[in-house]
Amino acid sequence: MSDAETLATASQTSSPITDTGPSRRRGGRRREEFLKVLFVVPAALAIVALFGYPVVKNVVMSFQDYTLKTFFTGKAPFVGLTNYVAVVTNDVFSKAVINTALFTIGSIIGQFVIGMLLALFFHKSFPLNGVLRALFLLPWLIPLIVGSAAWRAILEQDSGILNVTLENLGVIDNPVPWLTSPRIALLAVILVNIWLGIPFNLTLLYSGLQDIPEELYEAGALDGATGWKAFWHITWPNLRAVVSVVLMLGVIYTLKVLDIILGLTQGGPANATQTIALQSYQRSFVEFKFGQGAALSNILIVISLAFAVVYLRANRRQVDE
Amino acid sequence: MKSTRHARSGIRTTIAIVLLALMLFPVYWMLNTSLQPSGNTLSANFFPAHPTLAGYQTAIHDQGRNLVTSLLIACGTVVLTLLIAAPCAYALAQFRFRWINWALLAILISQMIPGIVIANALYTAYERIGLLNSIPGLIIANAANAIPFGILIMRSFMLGVPPSIVEAARVDGAGLVRAFLSIVVPISLNSMITVGLFAFLFAWSDFIFALTLTTKGNVVPVTLGIYTYLGAHISNWSAVMATAMLASIPAIILLVIAQKYIAAGATGGAVK
Repeated sequence: MSDAETLATASQTSSPITDTGPSRRRGGRRREEFLKVLFVVPAALAIVALFGYPVVKNVVMSFQDYTLKTFFTGKAPFVGLTNYVAVVTNDVFSKAVINTALFTIGSIIGQFVIGMLLALFFHKSFPLNGVLRALFLLPWLIPLIVGSAAWRAILEQDSGILNVTLENLGVIDNPVPWLTSPRIALLAVILVNIWLGIPFNLTLLYSGLQDIPEELYEAGALDGATGWKAFWHITWPNLRAVVSVVLMLGVIYTLKVLDIILGLTQGGPANATQTIALQSYQRSFVEFKFGQGAALSNILIVISLAFAVVYLRANRRQVDE
Repeated sequence: MKSTRHARSGIRTTIAIVLLALMLFPVYWMLNTSLQPSGNTLSANFFPAHPTLAGYQTAIHDQGRNLVTSLLIACGTVVLTLLIAAPCAYALAQFRFRWINWALLAILISQMIPGIVIANALYTAYERIGLLNSIPGLIIANAANAIPFGILIMRSFMLGVPPSIVEAARVDGAGLVRAFLSIVVPISLNSMITVGLFAFLFAWSDFIFALTLTTKGNVVPVTLGIYTYLGAHISNWSAVMATAMLASIPAIILLVIAQKYIAAGATGGAVK
């Protein structure tokens, strides 16, 4: 920023405006407007091709009998709502919906509470604060599939370090089948996702805390607002906009998670970790029923967009403030 | 008084280190396992008593080519993202278009479209135009993650570029494009580095596109290589973990040498 400012002051003392003549200026202006639009054209094309087209294509495909055969015959007859009926009446669908809800709610609560506590902790000053806080980002920067691999090793039933440690401590008698028991697998997947989401929550909430003016706390302290009182009456109200952004983005990101579940359980055991996103993947890319996969992903888009509306409102409020 | 405050901040640092150790334990465990002797059973030793690089040898033998593939894809994504996003970010920050708010809304919403939606559509399109199983195909798909993010980050920075300095260059005879390249780009270099680093990380970490847009096994990004390794029964834990460690190197390097850019991207992308 300081570079820009120095340049700005330098520019004020530069040569006086040279007259280019009215006619040249008018022709130049039209050319100029055209050039300005050219700055946006590549990005506009990219967004149309990479987001607009896929959304439209998914909607169209979801009404078509689009299968592996389509790639050979080029035919994808329209079948109305058949795909939607097929995916919704599938036995796994209700399970996937419930799992998606549990996975999202569980992950968000866990990530947010831990991220918030860590943000409040790091908001206090102590030596090495910045370096240690930055290192918390590591789980977020490594590929999700790498994080999943690491947890596969930790949660392994017979020789994984978690069970070995718990057995040595006498907490459990028999090894817990973290990823292979239908009753526990979803919980294990949620715990791993919480781990992955903590850095995101910590970083955003911490920067939100930094933006709250110190004077508010000083004034509050005079009125006896310290500790919990200060949190409820000063921190929380001032952080609310950031909190809603963090929660909504968290929900939107969690709804579409595929990597972690594929890396840990692939939806199993006995569909215990099936979600809508995973169902969509399996229909399209395992069973090659692209029409059904598209129908499922459209359901996912509608859910995401509902949260996106809330997010955009919160975001706008924050920008206004 | 002063000494108690000193002691308290010392205690805080200790607590922070303990919390960090808990948080990074999985990464340590990955390192530990990668150095243990090869085998299909995991070691429960907290330190590699007899550290060996056998896991890394297997990993590089099996996955070396895949690491190069990932590197090419990630670098290509960085270039493509910056070429497309930087001019657009500048335009949205400085030109007076009437539809700017609509464009920003479209960009925000595009970030929320699930990857599987894009994969569904791109698969069918790529099938037709022959981009399946190709590095350019994966570069384009990965740019989908990075372009909206890049536009938002660079735009919020370029809002702060004073129009007067660009005008001054224009008066001196520079065209719109030259003024952008010779003035705006150097000033905005920090935000461009941030975007470049994240574009690299997005593409390097990508798994969904790697999984869905490749079918033959001739183009295998390392994330897909790890996934194939993971399978139902893992026969060589040290090789899996060695590959996972190798795949974490970009993240670790960036965190150490480019911390301020990472922090800028982490907060800027979501809130502003």
